[in-house]
Amino acid sequence: MAYTVPRPKLTLAEKFYLPQVVAGLLITWKHFKNMLLGRTKIIMQYPEEKWDASMPSYYRGAPTLVRDEHGRERCVACQLCEFICPPRAIRIKPGEIPPASKWAKVEKYPEEFDIDMIRCIYCGLCEEVCPEQAIFLRKDYAITGLSRSEMIHNKAKLYELGGVMDGVVNKWNPKK
Amino acid sequence: MSPLFFWIFSLLMLGFAASVVLNRNPVASALSLVVSFLGLAALYVSLDAYFIGTIQVLVYAGAVMVLFLFIIMLLDLKAEQRRKLNIAVTAGGVIVTLGFVAQLIHVLHRLPIGNQPFSALPAPLDDVRNVGTTLFSAYNLPFQVVGVLLLVASIGVIVLSKRELK
Amino acid sequence: MMNALASLDWFLIATSLAKTVFLLFLVVLPMVSYTVYAERRVSALIQDRLGPNRVGFPTTLLGLKTDISPFLGGLGQPIADAVKLLLKEDFTPAHVKKFYYWIAPGLGIAAVIVTLAVIPFGSSFLGVPMVIANVNVGPLFIFAISSLSVYGIVLAGWSANSKYPFLGGIRSSSQMISYELALGLSVVPLFLILGRLNLPEIVQYQVKNGWLLLPFTDGKLTLKEVLLWIPVFISFVIFTISLFAETNRLPFDLPECETELVAGYHTEYSSMKFALFFLGEYAAMIAGSSLVVTMFLGGWHLPFIPDGANQGGLDFLHAVPAWIWGIVNITVFFGKVAALLFFFIWVRWTLPRFRYDQLMRLGWIYFFEIAFINVILTAGILAFFPN
Repeated sequence: MAYTVPRPKLTLAEKFYLPQVVAGLLITWKHFKNMLLGRTKIIMQYPEEKWDASMPSYYRGAPTLVRDEHGRERCVACQLCEFICPPRAIRIKPGEIPPASKWAKVEKYPEEFDIDMIRCIYCGLCEEVCPEQAIFLRKDYAITGLSRSEMIHNKAKLYELGGVMDGVVNKWNPKK
Repeated sequence: MSPLFFWIFSLLMLGFAASVVLNRNPVASALSLVVSFLGLAALYVSLDAYFIGTIQVLVYAGAVMVLFLFIIMLLDLKAEQRRKLNIAVTAGGVIVTLGFVAQLIHVLHRLPIGNQPFSALPAPLDDVRNVGTTLFSAYNLPFQVVGVLLLVASIGVIVLSKRELK
Repeated sequence: MMNALASLDWFLIATSLAKTVFLLFLVVLPMVSYTVYAERRVSALIQDRLGPNRVGFPTTLLGLKTDISPFLGGLGQPIADAVKLLLKEDFTPAHVKKFYYWIAPGLGIAAVIVTLAVIPFGSSFLGVPMVIANVNVGPLFIFAISSLSVYGIVLAGWSANSKYPFLGGIRSSSQMISYELALGLSVVPLFLILGRLNLPEIVQYQVKNGWLLLPFTDGKLTLKEVLLWIPVFISFVIFTISLFAETNRLPFDLPECETELVAGYHTEYSSMKFALFFLGEYAAMIAGSSLVVTMFLGGWHLPFIPDGANQGGLDFLHAVPAWIWGIVNITVFFGKVAALLFFFIWVRWTLPRFRYDQLMRLGWIYFFEIAFINVILTAGILAFFPN
């Protein structure tokens, strides 16, 4: 059904428009004056002041790799994140854990793990899909660089950004 | 005013007036006409007739030619550019023009006033005031008649363009 | 030929050139770039932001200890912007009509700059009157030349050979033609009152009889002056609002409204050619403001301040050399212009854009008619109070 938007009845002053213009100018003048005299205090001078302290716990910044509390890497190079990543920012080169090793049952580890931060869209699908809780979106939001190669985070960089995350991980459980 | 300026501006005017006719592209023709008008205005100004010069720019270059250019651009005339030069018509046009110019030169030479220089005008000439007083005293009736004529014309245009709305 | 050269007044030519260079390169063009800066700062302050406040002058490059970031900061921004615009790639798209595409920006800005020639931007300085061309058709000259600036826009829109610029060009030119009528007609009452079209003389009249908009320096008020103030005020309002439309400023910036036309007639332009349009737009604001200041706000005159020949003003101020007052007059003039420019910016960041039919109705139905009635009203008052 068609809905007719009721037109407001305009008073004479509103029809004449110029008084309304003056009223608008007064409003903007108030803002201008308060800002000029420093009475409006809602500004954060960004690079000097940062909002890190007031950042919420659920903030999704750059994706990173994390180690467990013993300093061991969690990633098993299953490549699920590589497959789900919508902009295809992740590239993993899996390596084989030698059969002689104590952890031969894990089979794979990431030899190389690159995230192209030019491509990354911070969607968080990699974090969601990871079966080992190895990849997390941390709070780094100012990812900058002077060249394209600088913007590709390699494994070392990802671990540096990620740090340690506590919690049970199936991979390092000998009984499973 | 220096005769130097007279030559500069009259050559400018004539050159661009010729290019109005010679150009095949309507936009180029229209713009040449604008420059020609500006040259004419500059000639008026060099004769200390500031008012006429300014009105020349304001009315012809600023209003009439803008509308011309407008129409030309909206119509996007391509046919004129493609048309071949008709030699017979061109030759006829050149002959008529040359005949007219020859006649003009002949007549002007025979006029006694054409051979003597103008006496210098009194230095600061208030031409706006002069034009105004002349128009509203000596030529008041023709001026009013022209005004009524323009009014009739503009009403006519409005009536013609509104007719389809009925 | 030698005769022709000798007949020229070389002193006049030299002083005119000096005035042109001073006005254009030392005042108007820097003023344009700092108007752009002011636009950004004022808009930011109105919207509770700070605006560009970073770019100082990198004096560390010259070996000094610290960079200078003056007063509010960001004063280096216009210079950085100018360098950026000059160094950007000047790209000419393949589909444009090259010749017209190249001359359009020049036409646009040249017309605006020529109008500055008849503005009296000061009283006199060392005996030289501070106006480049003292003609007796000043305002008409300005209207005539500024009506030529339509060509730049029309040609830019047409030669770009693409939809949005074309629509922008057409909108802009029809808008400018429409508002030229209101603009020209709205100042006719002034000429009826003043009886002259010479801008320096108009300023002199205001020095004697008080600014036209605020007749207060005169001292005595007659009924005629009070009555004449009404049409003058009406014509001031119409003239100023039409000026917004003439210079394509918000709330009338339909030719380049981003939501509908990308960037209007200069969509296909880049680098310095785009900058010329930008310069032209702001220079047109300055020229228009200068005209308003000259005709309504007393030009270079400030009460109690003598002029460049040490005439008028308070007596004890005559002890100061006359050339200082000449400079003060020039400063006062550009101070007034700057105040009007602030008003332009202030309005821009207050009012939303008009619809195109509203714009046309405002110009043709309201302003044109009101200006017309205003002329008759003024003539009536002048006829009723002869002398």
